[in-house]
Amino acid sequence: MAGKELLPLPASATQPDADVLLRMMADMRRALAKPVSERRWVMVIDLRKCIGCHACTVSCIAENKLPPGVVYRPVIEQESGTYPHVARTATPRPCMHCDNPPCVPVCPVAATFKRPDGIVQVNYDECIGCRYCIAACPYGARTFDFGDYYTKNTPGGVQAYEKAATFEYGKKRVRDHEASPIGNVRKCHFCVHRLEEGMLPSCTSTCVGRATFFGDANDPESLVHELLGSPNIQTLKPEENTKPRVYYLV
Amino acid sequence: MKATRYLFGVLWAVAFVLGLVGVYQRLTNGHMLAGYGSYVVWGLWVAAYAYFVGLSAGSFLLAALANVLDIKVLKPLTRAALWTSFVSLGVAMLAVLLDLGHMERAFRVFTSANFTSMMTWMTWLYTAFGLVLALIAWSISKKNESLVKALLMIGIPIAIAFPGGGGALFATLSTNGYWHQPLYPIFFVVGALLSGGALMATLAAVIWPKRAELLQVMGRIVLGLIALDLVLEWAEFSIPLWYGVSPEKHVLMEVLTGPYWWVFWIVHIFLGCAVPIFLLLRKPASPANVGAAGALAVVTFLAVRLNIVIPGQLTPELAGLEKAFVSGRLTFSYQPTTHEWLVMAFFVAVGLGALWLGFRFLPLIDSKEVQPNERAA
Repeated sequence: MAGKELLPLPASATQPDADVLLRMMADMRRALAKPVSERRWVMVIDLRKCIGCHACTVSCIAENKLPPGVVYRPVIEQESGTYPHVARTATPRPCMHCDNPPCVPVCPVAATFKRPDGIVQVNYDECIGCRYCIAACPYGARTFDFGDYYTKNTPGGVQAYEKAATFEYGKKRVRDHEASPIGNVRKCHFCVHRLEEGMLPSCTSTCVGRATFFGDANDPESLVHELLGSPNIQTLKPEENTKPRVYYLV
Repeated sequence: MKATRYLFGVLWAVAFVLGLVGVYQRLTNGHMLAGYGSYVVWGLWVAAYAYFVGLSAGSFLLAALANVLDIKVLKPLTRAALWTSFVSLGVAMLAVLLDLGHMERAFRVFTSANFTSMMTWMTWLYTAFGLVLALIAWSISKKNESLVKALLMIGIPIAIAFPGGGGALFATLSTNGYWHQPLYPIFFVVGALLSGGALMATLAAVIWPKRAELLQVMGRIVLGLIALDLVLEWAEFSIPLWYGVSPEKHVLMEVLTGPYWWVFWIVHIFLGCAVPIFLLLRKPASPANVGAAGALAVVTFLAVRLNIVIPGQLTPELAGLEKAFVSGRLTFSYQPTTHEWLVMAFFVAVGLGALWLGFRFLPLIDSKEVQPNERAA
């Protein structure tokens, strides 16, 4: 992957006042120039900036052509307090890509594994669909593809866009009949197919409030490295000892 | 008697045909008609798998211990128990196979085995156990009794390991507080012994209704195992609930007082424990009482398996997750669909049919072991 030809970024991407999206894309270019094992992809979500618009959820569904019942990045909304002192928080919940992932050792056929860059991947061609990994995930981050379509049983039948190809894990696939990923466990993969083309994950690009950050934590110049140094950084369920790679600024 | 057989035959045929409809639906629609989803991922079929695995291990252990410990009164049950064990194992494997998203890849548990997974260990143990059963059948056909005894001894640790491992399959998930209990493997072994023993007690009452001693011993075994199972269940519930502050309180109270309270109290405690205890204490050697007590204990034991598999999946991993994305597959509730029950009917019909075929065509009951006056039964 290192050294792959990518379209050049605008010169402003490296300016100090660059938009965070451009800065993160420049960060990515540096990461992609390194061997895969030297990258450490992490996501940082600033909950103070998240407005709960669900644009990330929708963009993820559009990017990965997710069918009914399959969701990679829901946004959990919660209300707290008593009127008139109330608050509403929105917490996007992608896969945590844990460094100690409970889902990986339970897979009977090693179809889910941790890549050298830390992304927890599912091999759709190996997965037998036993769903043990779903039961093991403490974040509910995995879903099963039952083979449903949003437009099934509608007058026009299943629409073409539902059978458009997806490029998850860099392989072109069309959901049809019982072919994978139908019958497989599916999850967020940090849009690895986009990363390899120098693009940010779909949720990060789409975030209206610029609340989602992505990059290589091994790069001290990267934005995520800077954010991880914040005192208000947290992970979900640290007591589970899963060592998530998705962090929250609270 | 003839009318009863006819009635059972008709009921079996109905269950089998309905079951075939369910299997056809499963093969043509995948998992679309099932009631489980992505939050409650395992349903009736996984409970059935755990249940039939228990029957297999329990009936084998009964046969093996009777022979290895030379318990003469139980020895006539040996072949029937071994066949029951084999059939139950087959039905359990069928249940888990139909539960897979990609059945055609099941073989990969052998070719791409990941031995950190408890599921891999289970599959390999079932295979080893199936081989041991096949070797025992071959040794019996060759009338090599010493080899049979040796294989029975080899089978004992395997038959303890796989229901225990079945418990560990759930218990090792440290992220699930309801399942993550060191007691589970032991609980599963005792459950296997109880359900397998109860099934053999029922068969003994049907095959040898005049053998009071055999029936009394089988009745006592079932009685003792029900008592042990209840002690373990008491520990399972009372310890987390004692001070009322356990994080598992909610899910345990859901089992005891939730919408499906009757599965625990009526099906399991009353029909599966209280009534069999009453029947076995009242007339310990009566074929009707031992048979009915065994049948009740074994049939209702499915409720115990359901109460392990389902409640462990009813608590959202993160508060608010249940409302974060709306879909019928993303709910923390579960009720088996008609389709799932039809497939369940297939499992039961296949199991009972195979048992009947075995008793009809295989030398499961040694003629020497049946007294002339018992033949009519």
